[in-house]
Amino acid sequence: MALNNRIPAGELAQKWSTYKSTCKLVNPANKRSIDIIVVGTGLAGASAAASLAELGYSVKTFCFQDSGRRAHSIAAQGGINAAKNYQNDGDSVYRLFYDTIKGGDYRAREANVHRLAEVSGSIIDQCVAQGVPFAREYGGLLSNRSFGGTQVQRTFYAAGQTGQQLLLGAYSAQMRQVAIGKIKEYNRHEMLDVVVIDGKARGIIARNLVTGEIERHGAHAVLLCTGGYGNVFFLSTNAMGSNVTAAWKAHKKGAFFGNPCFTQIHPTCIPVSGDHQSKLTLMSESLRNDGRIWVPKKQGETRKAIDIPEEERDYYLERRYPAFGNLVPRDVASRAAKERCDAGYGVGNSKMAVYLDFAAAILRYGKTECTKHGIANADDATAIRLGKEVVKEKYGNLFDMYEKITGENPYEMPMRIYPAVHYTMGGLWVDYELMTTVPGLYALGEANFSDHGANRLGASALMQGLADGYFVIPYTIGNYLADEIRTPKIDTKQPAFDEAENAVKERINHFINIKGQHSVDYFHKQLGKIMWDKCGMARNEKGLKEAIQEIRALREEFWKDLRVPGTASEMNPELDKAGRVADFLELGELMCLDALNRNESCGGHFREEFQTEEGEAMRVDENFMYVAAWESKKEGWELHKEDLVYDVIHPSQRNYK
Amino acid sequence: MEHKEINLNLRIWRQKNAQDKGQFENYKAENISTEMSFLEMFDVLNERLINEGKDPIAFDHDCREGICGMCSMHINGRAHGPWDGTTTCQLHMRAFKDGETVTVEPWRAKAFPVLKDLTVDRSALDRIQQAGGYVSVNTGNAVDGNSLPIDKTKADASFDAAMCIGCGACVAACKNSSAMLFTSAKVSQYALLPQGQPERNTRVMNMVAQMDKEGFGACTNTGACEAECPKEISISNIARLNREYLSAQFSL
Repeated sequence: MALNNRIPAGELAQKWSTYKSTCKLVNPANKRSIDIIVVGTGLAGASAAASLAELGYSVKTFCFQDSGRRAHSIAAQGGINAAKNYQNDGDSVYRLFYDTIKGGDYRAREANVHRLAEVSGSIIDQCVAQGVPFAREYGGLLSNRSFGGTQVQRTFYAAGQTGQQLLLGAYSAQMRQVAIGKIKEYNRHEMLDVVVIDGKARGIIARNLVTGEIERHGAHAVLLCTGGYGNVFFLSTNAMGSNVTAAWKAHKKGAFFGNPCFTQIHPTCIPVSGDHQSKLTLMSESLRNDGRIWVPKKQGETRKAIDIPEEERDYYLERRYPAFGNLVPRDVASRAAKERCDAGYGVGNSKMAVYLDFAAAILRYGKTECTKHGIANADDATAIRLGKEVVKEKYGNLFDMYEKITGENPYEMPMRIYPAVHYTMGGLWVDYELMTTVPGLYALGEANFSDHGANRLGASALMQGLADGYFVIPYTIGNYLADEIRTPKIDTKQPAFDEAENAVKERINHFINIKGQHSVDYFHKQLGKIMWDKCGMARNEKGLKEAIQEIRALREEFWKDLRVPGTASEMNPELDKAGRVADFLELGELMCLDALNRNESCGGHFREEFQTEEGEAMRVDENFMYVAAWESKKEGWELHKEDLVYDVIHPSQRNYK
Repeated sequence: MEHKEINLNLRIWRQKNAQDKGQFENYKAENISTEMSFLEMFDVLNERLINEGKDPIAFDHDCREGICGMCSMHINGRAHGPWDGTTTCQLHMRAFKDGETVTVEPWRAKAFPVLKDLTVDRSALDRIQQAGGYVSVNTGNAVDGNSLPIDKTKADASFDAAMCIGCGACVAACKNSSAMLFTSAKVSQYALLPQGQPERNTRVMNMVAQMDKEGFGACTNTGACEAECPKEISISNIARLNREYLSAQFSL
């Protein structure tokens, strides 16, 4: 099957407006009789569901949580990018587009990313109109801050809770449509298969997680807005329930999986403290605006951070990357931290951590405050006291969270941080219209692969989720549904629904009946360790080959020796987890296969065999300037390639020095 | 941070489903690191129960970083446990002493029926939101974000109210099982912003009516909600709701 990315012809900057003016439309009367299923209620799902319902379509939403508002977008901290140029610092649609392509190490599609940058401003307008309380300046206008990989201030935020506020905005729009009956919600439901009839997506099979009932839902189109698959590593910054199951079922039903090995390891997370650890907590990238990252200059240093004098500290990011300093992109910052720790300069009990230090920022802000309040010749103690208040206003919730988890006060001593799995750039392959290789089946937000290449810039995930849901899918879905207006309501008594439902039930019963020795977590933890050690921040051919064998063996053991207590006809969280981990055990193998195939380093994918003398990632454009789109086969996978064509930007080695 | 290991006696509410009567059961949690979160202690206990062939304890949780609002345990008589301004997932075992007995119950409220063990149904809160917790603006209608300057103090106060995570601790903490803190936080967020003005009166009337319909109790201003709210949402929001409600009655 040849991949058609359906990128419109014409000048890059005109593609989206041309598309919008020429795509097919569905008239309001016909919209009413068209059903759309939206799986997942995060930023992409909630915004898509609300927007499509506003247009008049009949929408059903599904989420595994007890309310749509709990989707993991809620945990995004730092902010959302938009090319508004409110700061008069030279920002533009082109610059946001350029920074995103460069940040992604030239592995994203120009047309998609340009569209993303074009609609970014409208997202902010829409959210403000909904009553999202963004941070503001004293003049009443919106405030901005900087994020990694850029030299302008284009990040809009609401303290350290931007994702929460944006999601609650989208959720409120969704609730408004629920109230008038245009959206029907199915919470505490998990999608367990896509139903494909005559090659088109026509519905889903879902399990009611409270009663255990298996349900059939038909629709003219299905949208997967189900987030990323970082939990394949067991430990990640994702929520405990975040999973790949919906995307994986789609993959098994014919949707290609794009660039599965592109995972983002976020540089600033609270380090692992012991074997009991269930998840890792992010400390927002926004902290790198003011925090300085350092390690001691001496290996095996035993003194406390505050006892190490300035000249014995190595601010390694500022040293290696003077132009961007502490605000280099995430992949670069993560690798640099790993390099220092591996070389023996790490701090803390585990020695697998670096410092993120706010002392300089506190003093700097404090001195500004003293000037503002007319305190002449203020001593350092006064400045520090006032500076702490400023830092508290900016990052208070993050500092509190750090203290609760570690028991240490970050206003008094530097935070200890280390990289952790955070986001997956890979996902279901989609064309320009966000449609997967299964007609009528779409993937939005983190669930698709499309906009971030091999590395996502900070504050761009929220932008992409909302762009897809508010401003892209409402246009592109019409182009497909215009030809479906004669399709009557989908009859869920068709044999394809029987077949899918039976397969789902059989699998569930199988899990219950193995009655083996070990819990789901027992297997999940082992999978996570294999993935982190061999398909994590640094990868090599030998390790990846071993990982594939180890995952296969683990998978076999899982299917023989799993223990799921309870029954299928009740609320059973262990059963829910079993299905998710079974899918992770297949995905993990594909990620290793993809990483093995990609004989280059780019963005978050770092192959030790391919690095420059300075230890930077070395791309091999002549062989790998493509999207790897994997097709699921009876045995294994077949690789399809979508060549990436750069008409406007000339790929070069990324330079943040 | 120094860490040590402690042993605890746990009294945990077990209830098979909504129909079951339910009862407390006792468990021992041994060699628990003080660096663990409260939910990680539950993970360890559940792992042991599974290995012993017993039914693990069902509880709601997801983000485990204090923002999704999914976790919901009533611990030693307090919603989300002993630490102020903290969700159960952010509560760490440093909060407990070696040998302590810890009682864990689900949220107790007529409007929050128990589904299983420590899991309750909080969909009533979604329905309150549906009654008016939004600005009626379709996608694509918005004007430029900076065309509407908003007084920073009002924007900040609106944000403070909007921080509510919808966990339901306020209801669980209230002797009347009132959802006033939740509802007032939402009403305040919009009442403080110019975007919320066109629907200001209908919003407060409809949301309060839905709250009553769901079976939440009346507010008698004892302040337990504010004291146990993990996001420290201020009770002054309730005063604002009352003012909004009163003035809406005169205007409608």
